Amino acid sequence: MSWVEYLKPLLQGAWVTIELAALSTVLGAFVSFAAGIGRVSANWLIRGIAITFIETFRGTPLLVKLFWFYFAMPIAGQAIGLDLRLPPVEAGVVALGLNIGAYGGEVVRGAIEAVRPAQYEAATALNFTRRQALWTVILPQAIPEMMPSFGNLAVQNLKDTALASLISLGDMAFRAEQIRNYTQDSTTVYTMILFMYFGIALVLAGLMRLLERAVSRWQRAGT
Amino acid sequence: MTEPIIRFDKVVKNYGSHVVLDELNFTVAPGEKVTIIGPSGSGKSTVLRILMTLERINGGVVHVGGEPLWHETRNGALAPAGDAHLRKMRRMLGMVFQQFNLFPHMTVLRNVTEAPVQVLGLSRQEARERGEELLGMVGLTDHMHKFPHQLSGGQQQRVGIARALAMRPRIMLFDEPTSALDPELVGEVLSVIRRLAEAHDLTMLLVTHEMRFAREVSDRICFFDRGRVCEEGKPDDIFTHPNEQRTRDFLKAVL
Amino acid sequence: MLFGMSWDTDHGELAFALSILPILLRGMVVTIEASIAGFVIALVFGLVLAVLKGARSPFISFPARFVAEFFRDTPLLVQLFFLYYVLADYGIILPAFLTGALALGVQYSAYIAEVYRGGIEAVPHGQHEASHALDLSPVRTFTHIILPQAIPRVIPALGNYLASIMKDVPVLSVVTVLEMVNVAKIIGDQTFDYLVPLSMVGALYLVLSLVASVLVNLLDRSLPKTGLPLR
Repeated sequence: MSWVEYLKPLLQGAWVTIELAALSTVLGAFVSFAAGIGRVSANWLIRGIAITFIETFRGTPLLVKLFWFYFAMPIAGQAIGLDLRLPPVEAGVVALGLNIGAYGGEVVRGAIEAVRPAQYEAATALNFTRRQALWTVILPQAIPEMMPSFGNLAVQNLKDTALASLISLGDMAFRAEQIRNYTQDSTTVYTMILFMYFGIALVLAGLMRLLERAVSRWQRAGT
Repeated sequence: MTEPIIRFDKVVKNYGSHVVLDELNFTVAPGEKVTIIGPSGSGKSTVLRILMTLERINGGVVHVGGEPLWHETRNGALAPAGDAHLRKMRRMLGMVFQQFNLFPHMTVLRNVTEAPVQVLGLSRQEARERGEELLGMVGLTDHMHKFPHQLSGGQQQRVGIARALAMRPRIMLFDEPTSALDPELVGEVLSVIRRLAEAHDLTMLLVTHEMRFAREVSDRICFFDRGRVCEEGKPDDIFTHPNEQRTRDFLKAVL
Repeated sequence: MLFGMSWDTDHGELAFALSILPILLRGMVVTIEASIAGFVIALVFGLVLAVLKGARSPFISFPARFVAEFFRDTPLLVQLFFLYYVLADYGIILPAFLTGALALGVQYSAYIAEVYRGGIEAVPHGQHEASHALDLSPVRTFTHIILPQAIPRVIPALGNYLASIMKDVPVLSVVTVLEMVNVAKIIGDQTFDYLVPLSMVGALYLVLSLVASVLVNLLDRSLPKTGLPLR
């Protein structure tokens, strides 16, 4: 088979990779904000949960988490009488999203803590509640600071999707292994997906930079 | 004698082992314009920050509008104030900061309207009308849709004043409002404050180094020294024949 | 049986967990070995990349920057498969462990190169000027003045990447390296109990991360911030 014939299955795999990356990145974004905001909460219980989540998920490898959600969680479910079996796609999205969300949580926390304390004082003087101050004053100023790191995390997450092939998710890496098994032509197919991953990563990095520009528009007003 | 609108009753404030307010007794009558002067570290800004609930107190009681600020009466006794009580008390106060502290991600108009909408429950339309009127009053109508970083320091501080006034407080606190400004921008801010003082029965508490301005605008000058009121009186009295030696030393150094 | 040890599935969960602990720890040794090997290779490749990227001629620096970006933006798993299968196709048969360490080294070389660059740029410019004024040769300037001051600054960042490498070692399981996660999965495959082994591996990794961060902290604090002392 020539490399052109590899394209169709690889592009199918690429589509799965992109879907997986997109879904897990969105989940990761929600988790990042929940974890980061929880991390700076005044409530000790919320803060404790956030810290535990962030430290546990940052301190363990993604593959462990992936295998855990796919292989181990159903067993835990059996023990407590719940059906916790997840198909590969769901297990992949959950494991990837929670994984990148834990790292993102630290980014969110750092950006929130970097906002000048005087802004809190101004918000207090105007009698905003803590929640109003967080959403109206603090977060909008913190978000531009988060974007560069979020860009790196998004690309990292894209690379991480390749591991989902190990729980039989039909992504690009999975398809490549399939083709290699069938044709023994390792060099061609693996070179192809290396460049395909690289291409997707560059597009993703570009999109993140556009997003970064969009959220920091007020900083450039009038220039 | 009318009930003072602000009363500090043997108030103590410490930073670690450093005593900033030393059983301070201090009152302000409704509608009075009081300027606090004194050397740095004498506790002037701390008084304003305590009133604006930005700092806690370590002893004594602060009364605003006849009610305790940092305490509330529960079951007949004084207990530390909860969030709800503090929010209720804060409605009476507004503050203008030395560093302006405008919200950089909002336009000038939005800076002024955001709190009235979210905190006072005004509609966007009502808040906008109030904001436009106040910005007109401080002379910034043309800059309504600009962002703070596009304005000069003097303009930003005028927005800060409009923003605080939009909440219709009974007491306005000015914490060294012109100290961070280039000299040529000080005048525009002072003239806004002067107009406020002349036109309103607003209670104003001002901390400033602008002595000439303090003399023009104040009903009373308070000289603070080491966490207590050392001397107070009418501006002319204080500036021309101060009674205390420390007051004399301070005035000699700054005038 | 793994590593010549067997486990106990007949006496309940706790006995099972205790019986597989020594097996998992044997796997942890492989994990640590692979991490260090990968880290050392990354340090070397990273240095090469950093030097090439900083070359004055764009014919060298541009391709170097492209290669670094390429290593950074492609998954470790794919790089590993590439090395494993493609090298074999061209007759280079390496032991799986070495292929794995090589892949880790390649993946992290780009990040390490950036760490080097950051550390060197953080040395105050005045140091270059003083060396020039004292008529020190460029090589001596670099090895005796710049490098000893750059090294303490990069320790925390390098420590972070060592921790990251440790968490990427499980990927090597696909080329049959018997690191901790692979061991847990094999036990799970054979006993149908994945929960206990995988959870234990997670906990062991948390311990490893903690120990690694404490060691890096100690190293960071023991080195004077101003630079490695030279007698």
